[in-house]
Amino acid sequence: MNAKGLICVVFLAAVSPLATAAQGFAGLGQTAEGFAIPDPATRFSFPADHGAHPTFRVEWWYVTATLTGPDGTDYGAQWTLFRTALAPEETGSTGWTSPQLWMGHAAITTPDRHLFAERLARGGVGQAGVQAVPFEAWIDNWQMTSTAAAGQDALSGLTLTAGGEGFSYNLALQATGPIVAQGVQGYSVKSAAGQASHYYSQPFYTVTGDLVLGEARIPVTGQAWLDREWSSQPLGQDQTGWDWFSLMFEDGARMMGFRLRDGGAGYTSATWIDADGTATPAPPNALRATPLTVQGGVPVTWRLEWPERGVDVTLSALNAGAFMARSVPYWEGPVRIAGSHKGRGYLEMTGYE
Amino acid sequence: MQLSMLLLGLSLATALWSGVQAINAEARASYAEAAGALGQDRLPRLVAQEGAVPVASYAALRRAGWEVSPVTEGRLEGNDLRLIGIDPLTLPAKARQIEVAGADLGSFVSAQGMLFADADTVARLAGVQGLPLLRPSPDLPPGVAIGDISVVQRLLGGAGISYLVLGPAAAPGPLAETAPELRMEPAKGGEDLARLTDSFHLNLTAFGLLSFAVGLFIVYSAIGLAFEQRRGVFRTLRALGLSGRALIGIVLAELLVLAGVAGVAGVGLGYLVAAALLPDVAGTLRGLYGADVPGTLTFRPWLWGAGVGIAVAGTLIAAGQSLWRLWQMPVLAPAQPRAWARASVAGLRWQAGAGAVLLMGALGLGVLGQGLWAGFGMLGAVLLGAALLLPSLLWAATTIAQRHAKAVLAQWFWADTRQQLPGLSLALMALLLALATNLGVGTMVSSFRLTFTGWLDQRLASEIYLTAADEAQAARMLDWLAPRTDAILPIWRADTTLAGEPAEVFGMTDHATYRDNWPLLMASPDVWTVMAAGQAVLVNEQMYRRSGLALGDRVALPGGALPIAGVYSDYGNPKPQAIVSTDQLVQRFPDVARLRFALRVDPAKAAALAAALRAEFGLQGDAVLENAGVKAFSLRVFERTFAVTAALNVLTLAVAALAMFASLMTLSEMRLPQLAPVWAMGLTTRRLAWLDFARTMMLAGLVLALALPLGLGLAWILLAVVNVAAFGWRLPMYVFPADWLRLSLFAALAAGGAAAGPWVRLARLGPGALLKVFTNER
Amino acid sequence: MLLTLSGVTKVFQTGEGPVRVLDGVGLTLGAGQSLALTGESGSGKSTLLHLVAGLETPDAGAIVVAGTDMARATDTVRAQMRRGVVAVVFQQFNLIPSLDVAANLAFQARLAGRHDPAWVADLAQRLGLGAVLARYPEQLSGGQQQRVAIGRALALRPQLVLADEPTGNLDEATGDAVLDLMLGLVAQTGAGLLMVTHSPRLAQRLGGQVRLSSGRLA
Repeated sequence: MNAKGLICVVFLAAVSPLATAAQGFAGLGQTAEGFAIPDPATRFSFPADHGAHPTFRVEWWYVTATLTGPDGTDYGAQWTLFRTALAPEETGSTGWTSPQLWMGHAAITTPDRHLFAERLARGGVGQAGVQAVPFEAWIDNWQMTSTAAAGQDALSGLTLTAGGEGFSYNLALQATGPIVAQGVQGYSVKSAAGQASHYYSQPFYTVTGDLVLGEARIPVTGQAWLDREWSSQPLGQDQTGWDWFSLMFEDGARMMGFRLRDGGAGYTSATWIDADGTATPAPPNALRATPLTVQGGVPVTWRLEWPERGVDVTLSALNAGAFMARSVPYWEGPVRIAGSHKGRGYLEMTGYE
Repeated sequence: MQLSMLLLGLSLATALWSGVQAINAEARASYAEAAGALGQDRLPRLVAQEGAVPVASYAALRRAGWEVSPVTEGRLEGNDLRLIGIDPLTLPAKARQIEVAGADLGSFVSAQGMLFADADTVARLAGVQGLPLLRPSPDLPPGVAIGDISVVQRLLGGAGISYLVLGPAAAPGPLAETAPELRMEPAKGGEDLARLTDSFHLNLTAFGLLSFAVGLFIVYSAIGLAFEQRRGVFRTLRALGLSGRALIGIVLAELLVLAGVAGVAGVGLGYLVAAALLPDVAGTLRGLYGADVPGTLTFRPWLWGAGVGIAVAGTLIAAGQSLWRLWQMPVLAPAQPRAWARASVAGLRWQAGAGAVLLMGALGLGVLGQGLWAGFGMLGAVLLGAALLLPSLLWAATTIAQRHAKAVLAQWFWADTRQQLPGLSLALMALLLALATNLGVGTMVSSFRLTFTGWLDQRLASEIYLTAADEAQAARMLDWLAPRTDAILPIWRADTTLAGEPAEVFGMTDHATYRDNWPLLMASPDVWTVMAAGQAVLVNEQMYRRSGLALGDRVALPGGALPIAGVYSDYGNPKPQAIVSTDQLVQRFPDVARLRFALRVDPAKAAALAAALRAEFGLQGDAVLENAGVKAFSLRVFERTFAVTAALNVLTLAVAALAMFASLMTLSEMRLPQLAPVWAMGLTTRRLAWLDFARTMMLAGLVLALALPLGLGLAWILLAVVNVAAFGWRLPMYVFPADWLRLSLFAALAAGGAAAGPWVRLARLGPGALLKVFTNER
Repeated sequence: MLLTLSGVTKVFQTGEGPVRVLDGVGLTLGAGQSLALTGESGSGKSTLLHLVAGLETPDAGAIVVAGTDMARATDTVRAQMRRGVVAVVFQQFNLIPSLDVAANLAFQARLAGRHDPAWVADLAQRLGLGAVLARYPEQLSGGQQQRVAIGRALALRPQLVLADEPTGNLDEATGDAVLDLMLGLVAQTGAGLLMVTHSPRLAQRLGGQVRLSSGRLA
């Protein structure tokens, strides 16, 4: 589980007193109050797993894109759909009685602006949802729709649309590599206590499209990364926050890493992804993540080290003010990568009050 | 004397005005709260052309970018609770009355659910089975509860989406492209309740204004008197070198201080009036419109401001003429208080012309106008026109009388009366308005009452009305009742939308009860046959008139339209209503609650059966009603409706009497130069006083004679125009000569009371005061 | 005697205590005689006239007019005397504002039931009021108003005419003309005349004169 999990769990906490009460209870992962729990033996089955898993408590479809305009200006774009179940799905609880809630987040980050929007919806009435075949995820008029050719994986081609006050975007994503299972065959352990999620990514998109900022329409190109994850287990009580990194290097390799903060040493995890999609998980705490400078209460430059992989890079935020001040506040924005490897990526930080 | 009169008049005028305003403000605030529960007054809505809004339409609109949020609304029968179901996730901020955040949101949308209501309602509902967790919220009006849409739909037995509220974001495209089955209703200035009760408040406001105008007459008289008495002082001050501007300034400052004092006192009095009337108003609004208005007043600072403001404005209007005269007064003007009376003959002509124009305008409005405002416009034009014509009519009457008078005293009597008319005309106009209003409203209420009681007898033809708690109980009751009754007639009701308004559809079982009694205003010859066959619909008069329908027109109903076979009167109900056969109702509204029944039994056994029914099934309260009880209740609602009107009626008449008293006092002071020569030529002051008394009574009599036709005209407008527009029903007009007698007595009392003061004063007047006329320079 | 006053006393209550306006006044006047009553302002001459007219009652003494003691008569009797026996012409405001000149002229006579249209027409003619009969008092000049007042008084053919500064509001020429008319007409009807004036010049034109000073006859 990465920081997105925290967001989703916090959202859940916001809407469910039960979840709040249960948070931090170590044994929760075993019972999960009637929800399904992640199973290491589970193997992904597409296209079904691109769709929703309503028996799990939380789930998300999460795209971040690093983009460049015709004048060389860097941009970041985010398209996220969260699903949360207030209670285990019961047969017959359709329509307004469905326990599913949906939350959409969209953002565009420029070097000096950060525009974002949030949408909330009930499940069961068609206002928001995800359908596996043909693949489509939506909330209100925000869409993620498959454009994949027949016979290809549904997520290998996507269009993304979203917008809010003063901005909108329309992006076409084309995958140049395979889907990558995170953790062990997609079973991603989240803490030393053993909490876990099902987690896969598509980190190999090339992007073309338009950003609309106010009246201006800006054609952009770039790269994007999609995360899919579902789980039923909230974080441990001692875990106070979450830093997550997705790195897209110029040589085609990709790297995902996260750091879970707690009172002590914390917990880090990482996956190295070769340009051909071969994924190698790092042993726990092999990744070292060090905040360098703090601005506005959050670290906006980082040093990441994974000595076994020869990684020693510095991340610097394109725009230090990329806060998502919504139902659940967090920071999410594009970064530039310098050091042993060069490239661009996305940084997500939560729990910095 | 004139100071107290000025203060009294101004306070009374302000009191009645602000009293009515306070009541209106209280009621409106309640509606606003009720409406604001969803900000419905501020946001447009999308409604289905027919029935509920399909969920698919909602999803399609959201996916097309429409900022819509679903609402389910309905009444929870038995608990007198209006339920509003919302979706907290999409409800536009503007429409939010309650803040559901944090941990509450989870409970709110959870299956168990949570209802927000005001503290009183929460207390009232405590212990009611089947309700979710109740939470108090200070922002909600009484009798309203807000919950999650899923919870409310469950509580209302599976109701659909009543409407979608539309947020402030721009519409992304034409509605017909995305949801052709829906149509937009623009944001309403007020909510349904506010609209329905508009006429009631307009009525109150009209009375308030009338009272205020009448009060101004008092102020006008008092100021005129004060100026008259201080004419000498003013002249001396001017002669001593005080500029006209400075003098006006001083007088104005004095008046403003008085107006301020009187305004504050008036608003205080107004609160008392309002507090006394509010329980009745609240009762009326609850009974007639189902609107919940608290029975206690809230302190509203703006009302004090407005009250004092209107007192000051009124004073300035009333003082305008006197101030103008003071401004125009030459430094050493000879005192000539007699000249002004003759100068106003031209004014009379102008007034008469304006009055005639207004009456013609009223006629025009009657022929061409439509709606409530046209009705009230017509009412206002007739009243004002008649009032303006009054002095000319009296002038003509006294001129003719003078011409035909033989005795010299009689001639003088009439001539002197005529001379007094300009000074008295305002007070007489006030009296005319008060009398005519009294008569008009009285006739309307009495006509209404007569029609209403007759209608109740027809409508409530069954002996017992029964409401079961649930369908299982209903079934047991029916089994038990079958051998004990002549007939059991279901009275099932579904809420729906007719002609774009929230409405009710009833089911009617073919039975002699209806064929013999149902109050049909018009019907096709085979009405009961086609109704029994389920091939037609009956509509109430309100719907018939408002939608401009005709027999045979088809009425859109869920499950297909039906032709109208008849129109029935349905007094006291603000909503459109339709009746189909019970079979049709069940077919079209499968979820309809099957709980209410009318029972036909031998009337002599009704009470015993009702008691047995209560005992057998442990029923309480309204579950079993005998028709006598229902009638009593209906009549009580009716009486309350007009209690306020009656109270204001009496108050207005009292104020008119006071206005006349003030005018007469003023005149009695100014009239000494008229009386002194007559006295010197051989009439005792006592005789003169009696003549003056007789004059006042005679004038009141003339005014009454004019008020009779005016009042009847008023009643006609109220019954045939205003009622139709406001309530949707037209009533036959009945005439009540006994009421006229009562009113004549009132008028005599008012005039006699008003004339008594000047009479005593004149009778007691010593020769000194009269002699001063000849010896002193006034 | 048409008029006999004896010991007439009148006290007014004022802010500074009682003021004895008339103090034991006595005088007589025969039918057809005329008498001027002169004196300073406040000497009580108007009050004396009011007492004679029955408009007020004295505190002591007798005022016998044509055999009726006004001092002891009831309100009603005094009103009847004013109506039929005595006629008063004041300095101003003699007329009924709501009636036109013709009606004013005839008013008192009609009230007394002694209306003689020919006589009234004759009076109007001689007072030069023929052209203004349809006018209202406030439309007349001061001189015209006083002529109407005189005409009204004489239309009654009263036994006693009382006049209180009847020309006091008029300029000298107009006043003299009005006075001439009045004296002539009074003489013609044979009525007695008691006239209050502060002007010695006018007083000389009457048959006799008495002077009041501080409530006593000088």
